[in-house]
Amino acid sequence: MSEVKEEDISVDRSKMTVSETDVAIEITDMNKWFGDFHVLKDINLKVMKGERIVIAGPSGSGKSTLIRCINRLEEHQQGHIIVDGIELTSDLKRIDEVRREVGMVFQHFNLFPHLTIMENCTLAPMWVRGIPKAEAEETAMHYLERVKIPEQAQKYPGQLSGGQQQRVAIARSLCMNPNIMLFDEPTSALDPEMIKEVLDVMVNLAETGMTMLCVTHEMGFARQVANRVIFMDQGQIIEQNEPDAFFDNPQHERTKLFLSQILH
Amino acid sequence: MSNDIAYVRKEMAPDMPPPVTQTGIMGWMRKNLFLDIPNSLMTILALAFLVWTVPTLFNFLIGNAVFVAEDGTLCRAPEAGACWAYVIDRFDFYIYGFYPDSEYWRPNLVFIVAALLITHLLWPDLPYKGISAIAFFVGLPILAVILLNGGSFGLPEVTTEKWGGLMVTLIIASVGIVVSLPLGVVLALGRRSHMPFVKYVSIAFIELWRAVPLITVLFMASVMLPLFLPEGTTIDKILRALVGVALFQTAYMAEVVRGGLQALPKGQYEAANALGLNYFKSMYLIILPQALKHVIPGIVNSFISLFKDTSLVSIVGLFDLLGTVQATSALVEWKAPHQATTGYLFAASIFWIFCFGMSRYSMYMERRLDTGHKE
Repeated sequence: MSEVKEEDISVDRSKMTVSETDVAIEITDMNKWFGDFHVLKDINLKVMKGERIVIAGPSGSGKSTLIRCINRLEEHQQGHIIVDGIELTSDLKRIDEVRREVGMVFQHFNLFPHLTIMENCTLAPMWVRGIPKAEAEETAMHYLERVKIPEQAQKYPGQLSGGQQQRVAIARSLCMNPNIMLFDEPTSALDPEMIKEVLDVMVNLAETGMTMLCVTHEMGFARQVANRVIFMDQGQIIEQNEPDAFFDNPQHERTKLFLSQILH
Repeated sequence: MSNDIAYVRKEMAPDMPPPVTQTGIMGWMRKNLFLDIPNSLMTILALAFLVWTVPTLFNFLIGNAVFVAEDGTLCRAPEAGACWAYVIDRFDFYIYGFYPDSEYWRPNLVFIVAALLITHLLWPDLPYKGISAIAFFVGLPILAVILLNGGSFGLPEVTTEKWGGLMVTLIIASVGIVVSLPLGVVLALGRRSHMPFVKYVSIAFIELWRAVPLITVLFMASVMLPLFLPEGTTIDKILRALVGVALFQTAYMAEVVRGGLQALPKGQYEAANALGLNYFKSMYLIILPQALKHVIPGIVNSFISLFKDTSLVSIVGLFDLLGTVQATSALVEWKAPHQATTGYLFAASIFWIFCFGMSRYSMYMERRLDTGHKE
């Protein structure tokens, strides 16, 4: 399925440590419905600081909805979601607090087309955190260098390739200095040539010790970077394990079927 | 067999200039005027039409037109074309209505200040826009009321019954435009609100105002409103028309803006939320700049139609530009076959200049704001 082979991804694991005690996200007995449709069922998930979790599963299995619940782009109806010690309720102030600490990268980038790359990166730090412009631009430049496109800072998103736009989207999230990063199929809308440049940035980010939740079909990335793979189907967590065990020795029938279809 | 299929390019082909028939004036004429038989036929027909109409029009408007005259005698000559002398003679009336001659400097000053502020606001890249915005939206209305109406600071009072002509047209149109855009944005956002009260109040307002003709609104404002007010209270006629036109226009504007809001992909709202921007910040910084940019043609369309609709106020006894032109169209001393026609031509060209100006400015802004992003 993926054009990027495991061998292409090299990872420095020295800083990728999972905290034993600090919980980043805790989801307990969570249920969600879209109208009458029970889209997430009985979700229990505890993510420790520094974990890199890949969520896989067939389309319509609820994996995107699950991570969108973590920054409340979707509302859950039952159970509890606690992010960075803050429980998500309908309290708008708390939602904004969580969103400040949780970065999100979307499948279709969702850059702001009327703003330059630099403005895309400085807007939230300036208007949400109240950081002065000069300082925000310095931070933005730092992250644009890290995603290897500082020279595009004054261009508009429409002038960039898909891979470049997605790297800007990652930099834009990082400018808010988040504790947790959510990735919702970040490479699914990209041409094969561009997938690797985005994955490289994500690997680079994982190496800094960032807590990451990625919905992705890039199994090479999952095996090399993730410390845990979660498999979802029909709105439920079917199986989770360390990547090697997950890929080499899947337990559930549904997982075996899924892996046989996407790995060749 | 394999030799027929296998092929390896040894040298890359160099860039060459296009053939002469494709470029320059010849290329252009060939492509646009004489591409094929129907195209050439249309070109010839269009030329024939121009030859037939342009000289006649020219003679009427300029060649045989009367520019200088004391009264209508010259204009009554059999070959006489447009009677411009009549328009020139009545020019002051068309611009100021019954405003006293000695006080013309007051509307002139207001117009000049307004024109300067508008130019500064609409000219991109000029600094201190904030200051001129405050001056325009707060200072100018106060200045306009003090100067135009008078009655304070030693200025003789000129009641609104004496206002007229282009002055009234511009006042109604600019108040309508300046009020309707922000109110329309608020109503459009209100209509998409998740709060039922806000949502249904917005819908009720929009649907009520949009569904009645402007003439009805103006009649209600000038004839029926006084019946509901306590005895003795009078609201100025021009003020009533202003409120009526502005609210009417707001309803239209709200729907134009809503179209822009709906055209934005959901991802823009989500990205703004995910970054922690609250509702007002995400609307102000992300959603509205894009939504308004998408609907610039619709917004300007509304403005242009409002500008022309101001002439409807003549039915409630206000003399706008068209009203003043109409009032003099049967003036005895200028009696001539083309007297009325010339007056209407003048009114039409003034309307056209303003509307065309708005149209060009909007096209310029569209090009300028285009950041090359196609959704």
